[in-house]
Amino acid sequence: MEFALTSDQKMLQDSLARTLGDASPLDRVRRFADDVADPAKDVWEALADFGLPGIVIPEEHGGLGLTLLDAALASEALGRAVAPVPFMGVVLAPLALLGGGTAAQQAEWLPKLAAGEVTAAVAISEAVAGAREDAGVTAKAGKLSGKALFVPGGISAGLIIVADTKGGLHLVRGDAAGLSRVLMLNIDETRRLAELTFDGVAAEPLAGGPELLVRLRDAGWVLIAADSLGACDVMLEQAVAYAKERRQFGRVIGSYQAVKHMCAEMAAEIEPARSLVWYAAYAFDAAHEEASLTAAHAKALTSEVGRFVARTSTEVHGGMGITDLLGLHFWFKRLGLNRQLLGGPERVREIAARIQGLAA
Amino acid sequence: MDLTPTPEMLAFRDEVREFLKAHAADFSAGQAKDVFAWQRLLIEHGYAARTIPKAYGGYGAEPDILKSRIIAEEFIAAGAPRGMAGQGISMLAPTLLEVGSEEQKTRWIGPTLRGEIIWCQGYSEPGAGSDLASLQTKAVEDGSDFLISGSKIWTSTAAQAQMMFCLVRTEPDAAKHEGISYVLIPMSTPGIEVRPLKTMTGSAEFNEVFFTDVRVAQDQVVGGRGRGWFVANTTLKHERGMLGDPNATEARLGALIELMKGEVVDGQRIIDNPVFRDRLMQLQGRAMAMKFNGLRLITAQLTQEPVGVAGLVVKLQGCELNHQIAALAIDALGELGILYHDGPHLRARGTWQRSYMFDLGLIIGGGTAQIQKNIISERGLGMPREPKPAVL
Ligand SMILES: Cc1cc2nc3c(=O)[nH]c(=O)nc-3n(C[C@H](O)[C@H](O)[C@H](O)COP(=O)(O)OP(=O)(O)OC[C@H]3O[C@@H](n4cnc5c(N)ncnc54)[C@H](O)[C@@H]3O)c2cc1C
Repeated sequence: MEFALTSDQKMLQDSLARTLGDASPLDRVRRFADDVADPAKDVWEALADFGLPGIVIPEEHGGLGLTLLDAALASEALGRAVAPVPFMGVVLAPLALLGGGTAAQQAEWLPKLAAGEVTAAVAISEAVAGAREDAGVTAKAGKLSGKALFVPGGISAGLIIVADTKGGLHLVRGDAAGLSRVLMLNIDETRRLAELTFDGVAAEPLAGGPELLVRLRDAGWVLIAADSLGACDVMLEQAVAYAKERRQFGRVIGSYQAVKHMCAEMAAEIEPARSLVWYAAYAFDAAHEEASLTAAHAKALTSEVGRFVARTSTEVHGGMGITDLLGLHFWFKRLGLNRQLLGGPERVREIAARIQGLAA
Repeated sequence: MDLTPTPEMLAFRDEVREFLKAHAADFSAGQAKDVFAWQRLLIEHGYAARTIPKAYGGYGAEPDILKSRIIAEEFIAAGAPRGMAGQGISMLAPTLLEVGSEEQKTRWIGPTLRGEIIWCQGYSEPGAGSDLASLQTKAVEDGSDFLISGSKIWTSTAAQAQMMFCLVRTEPDAAKHEGISYVLIPMSTPGIEVRPLKTMTGSAEFNEVFFTDVRVAQDQVVGGRGRGWFVANTTLKHERGMLGDPNATEARLGALIELMKGEVVDGQRIIDNPVFRDRLMQLQGRAMAMKFNGLRLITAQLTQEPVGVAGLVVKLQGCELNHQIAALAIDALGELGILYHDGPHLRARGTWQRSYMFDLGLIIGGGTAQIQKNIISERGLGMPREPKPAVL
């Protein structure tokens, strides 16, 4: 019995960090942010060589066959690197196919996804975070109609998993007639979201219904929480490094207690949150009865910790913190997106209360 | 990561459950009917003093952190008292085990474990709180004895205690941290005066202790003359772990949830008020994070890997969380929450107000929150250390 990462998992983290360091340093991220037409194909290819697209896909379909905990560690590395790649679909689409797809659907899609030839997106925001404006997709006689907002990676995905307003899940081909996509530029320029409009689009239903949707939601929460942890780690490290270097009044600012305590508070918030994210991922893999509750708390807590760290780290940097030049804002904004995507903390905590029968 | 319990652990859990079922009549509402008998029973079965050698009055099991955790969980689930705590059991006994002489171990540990001797901790002084090493209570050699003069303050349970473990300055000319010794003093020694200090809870949880030429044999020094600072530091780490114990937090959060389900205002249960519910969920998320952080620390202890910052934050975060749990309970009770004295409307014997105040004391005691942040930033994050005065 142990609650720690294995040496394989630590290796995965390290080697993915190296791959991202080469393929997606901050100036590469900047170029992506400055050019909405840049698909960051080079970054994706480097990650495909690494095997990342197949991280949770079983080996018989050409993937790495790893767990959600491994995927969460990868997500953390992507958050650290503010990597310009959509990751949610990489994990959630295979989970949907494995949990609700036919053997034929699995055989058709999983190998292509694992090889990184096709990318996938998952449109479940309305079902999880709630429907805004007139969004929502209805299914009738094998055709989907309506709108799905805030779909990570949805602008270019070749496969889209869509939740309808009743909690059913559907598989849509990227080239299906009647599907149109519009980019939703958002505060986080490292990740692109899409607005998808379905006008009688042909879709294949997936089995599993609302229970499968719950699994996708839980996995999504864990991945976002892990991405936030990675971003928080960087923001704390940068604050500490800057505080040890920057001098004012003849001393490094890191020798002032006001500054030290800001850093200590960030660390004190981050470390327990890390333990919770690990546990939530483990609980998901073990299909533990606590999986949904711990995933919800992991998402909500990292949202709060993320907001605190984003603000505090920026403050430690003084005026430099808010410049574009330093680039700290990429992590700040990444955390800003993570807080809202698939539900802000207030909504997620309300679901947490419902999960344990404390709310109607 | 694998938290599937082994058959041995499952069997052990059953054993603890059986014990608690068989002895359910010996306690109610978390209190033992006879605290001394209960303590002896716990030691006999290894549910208290578990890893302390038999020769010194313990149970003599190999250290097994997982079993300790199972014991903690099952006792919480059954609402069973964990046996005596106190500074003798949680701080003095481990210190003697680590650095005491054979004579000190055989003489003091057994009766301490059985609750026959109550100890108090004489560290803080009026002029030495966070800066403990500046303490001035002095011990002057007089033949084979020391004569001790000075005063201690904030000494918990000094009025009840038979013995004190105490830090005194034995080498006035040595450097600040090197002139201190750790001595064991009978509280009945002539020259000791204890004055209870009433705290904001209304009870005298701590005291002032005055020493006028108090005679103590030199062989009552633990760990060697002038080594007191290092001896004391071996116990401070036990104290900080105890103060942020996530098992205790979890038990309290459970009580808070029950309170919010049971209390009704204008016909609505408190738990059905979304603002209160959200505050509860925020605390639950934090309590869970501390619980799993505890699991991570246990694993690291087992594999002897460094835990870094995750270990340094326990006292700071755990004590703060306990305080906030009490604060929410009071808010949930609203006007009922301000009741404190016995009466028909009082809830939970006034526990929540008492915890709210006492927990603030624990945020301060055992190294204040600010001192914890100094430690986290300096030892955990490698930031510059506080400037130290050159001489003292
Ligand atoms: C409930 C309770 C029980 C206790 N029981 C015992 C006991 O049994 N035996 C015993 O010996 N002692 C006991 N204490 C004493 C306790 O250890 C001290 O209160 C504590 O170490 C703080 O010391 P102080 O009260 O002198 O506060 P101070 O050290 O004067 O601190 C006052 C304020 O200044 C801040 N401060 C001080 N130094 C620094 C610094 N370097 N950086 C930043 N901020 C700083 C503190 O954080 C605090 O906010 C107990 C205290 C409490 C509250």
